[in-house]
Amino acid sequence: MELTLLALPTSIWYLLFSYLPMFGILVAFKRFKPLPRTNYIVSLLRSEFVGIDNFKFLFATPDAWIMFRNTLLYNIVFILLGILIPVTLAILISQLRSRILAKIYQTSIFLPYFLSWVVVGYFVFSFLSVDKGLINSILKLNGRDPVQWYMERKYWPYLIVFLNVWKGMGYGMVVYLASITGIDAALYEAAIIDGASKRQQVRYITLPMLKPIITILFILSVGRIFSTDFGLFYQVPRNSGPLVDVTQTIDVYVYKALMGMNNIGFSSAAAFLQSIFGLVTILTANFIVKKIDPERGLF
Amino acid sequence: MLERKTGFRSKSIVDGAQRFNQISMPADILFNILFLIIALVCIIPLVFVVIISLSSNDSIRTIGYSFTPNEWSLSAYSYLWRMRAYIGRALFVSVGITVIGTILGLLLNSTMAYVLPRKSFRLRRFFTLMIFIPMLFHGGLVSTYLINTKLLHLGNTYLALILPLCVSSFYIIVLRTYLQTTIPDSVIESARIDGASQLRIFFHIVLPVSLPGLATIGLFLAFAYWNDWFTTMLYIQSDHANMFPLQYVLVDIEQNIQNMIRNAQYMMPGQSLDNIPAESVRMAIVVFVVLPIAMAYPFFQKYFITGLTIGSVKG
Repeated sequence: MELTLLALPTSIWYLLFSYLPMFGILVAFKRFKPLPRTNYIVSLLRSEFVGIDNFKFLFATPDAWIMFRNTLLYNIVFILLGILIPVTLAILISQLRSRILAKIYQTSIFLPYFLSWVVVGYFVFSFLSVDKGLINSILKLNGRDPVQWYMERKYWPYLIVFLNVWKGMGYGMVVYLASITGIDAALYEAAIIDGASKRQQVRYITLPMLKPIITILFILSVGRIFSTDFGLFYQVPRNSGPLVDVTQTIDVYVYKALMGMNNIGFSSAAAFLQSIFGLVTILTANFIVKKIDPERGLF
Repeated sequence: MLERKTGFRSKSIVDGAQRFNQISMPADILFNILFLIIALVCIIPLVFVVIISLSSNDSIRTIGYSFTPNEWSLSAYSYLWRMRAYIGRALFVSVGITVIGTILGLLLNSTMAYVLPRKSFRLRRFFTLMIFIPMLFHGGLVSTYLINTKLLHLGNTYLALILPLCVSSFYIIVLRTYLQTTIPDSVIESARIDGASQLRIFFHIVLPVSLPGLATIGLFLAFAYWNDWFTTMLYIQSDHANMFPLQYVLVDIEQNIQNMIRNAQYMMPGQSLDNIPAESVRMAIVVFVVLPIAMAYPFFQKYFITGLTIGSVKG
């Protein structure tokens, strides 16, 4: 009874900020019109049911394909690099002879994780600004033509991938490093006695011991494959028009359709697909992982 | 860990084995160079922004942003000082939201984390399911936005900047795991037998003992609030600019610098627009936003690491 009382405020929070929006997702199948003298829920329920019209109209626009393509392609690259690079760095940094230097490196590499994309956007701007940026100054110094960075879309896919790795690798490295330091030292001692080289130790001890945590983080990131960091794709490229083809992800589109165009139909349809596909992918990823190894599933 | 597992051997043998297993000197140097480069790539942009904020207007105009400006100047900072009514207000909003949000978030997350594993609790499974489902499925931006603005009427209120961020299933699970490992059930059971109420147990026994766990989640919350600009972008309209936190001042800066210039002309007539170091002022605000984080996180990172490790192990 008392426990229920303790849990009550948080439960109310979940009801208002988590469960109401889940049912509100209904809006994707409605032609929403706010009715006078009644609250949102009543308006929503009374609005005309239009079936999948919102989806049909959304996919009649070229935006739909672009945003799904961008979201998926970027995320596939992010997931692969997001495992490969931090695992490599964690293994390397655990081998450094100087603990103090390792700590300094780790702290430096962790810094970007604590910054907002807005701040990162300013960092990028200080290098890429057309008239004042450092890169263009260097280009001019070498007699080359300055580049209109915020107009040229061919550079941005690489830049976005780089920034994502740059911001996230400290986090990943710390998580994997914590697992590596947790590995029983006796395993390595036994390996040394058997004459295993450093490379063999990594291959046959470290990597297998990291497998559970890699699997968990993999499932979690696959579950987010339809979501992107809004700041990275909207704020960092300064919402530049010519870059839309390579920066428009589902989150960017939903925001722009909702706030800019005030198009609740399109934006709710896109947001609905994002939520549903996200649910399906995380369940599928977990199912497949459990099929391969019943111990490894997330739930 | 090491000592416990190999407790029957003397420490020097373990050390010796470790030294024997070290990587070769050339490999060590190579790795050090690699990490030095990566570390520099991570911190140099911040150094660069600090330098730009300290560059004089003329220097920026002639050679652009540079690591070696022609002339150093504090004009951006003295300008911000003159604009302290405006910047101070944004700073106040940022700090206020961070403090209130963190405290509220700690209360909401820790109560649920305490309740979840209590075996005597009949609704336990229900609440566990309640925090688990949102980890898999969410209503999405549009539905959330419509509920928050049209049903809860949070538009243009400070509550809109605080409430949506304060609870997360991830925080609750990390805290739950932490509480379970630090406070044995028997302690709580015996307190129950002594006649303590659950509220009393929670506030007088559980909270004091779990301070490191609370610190971890408190830091997650504090950084999330301090770095947040998206909720402002969604819920605070531009005619409520006095409610903007610092992060959003940066987002809206082109507009804001114009406002500041207009204010400056109003307050200090006769000053020409050229005298306002707009470029370095922007970077000075960035420095203002980042500096507290950059100074605080090295000391707090061990709490972060605890949280991240618990969180990723227990999913």
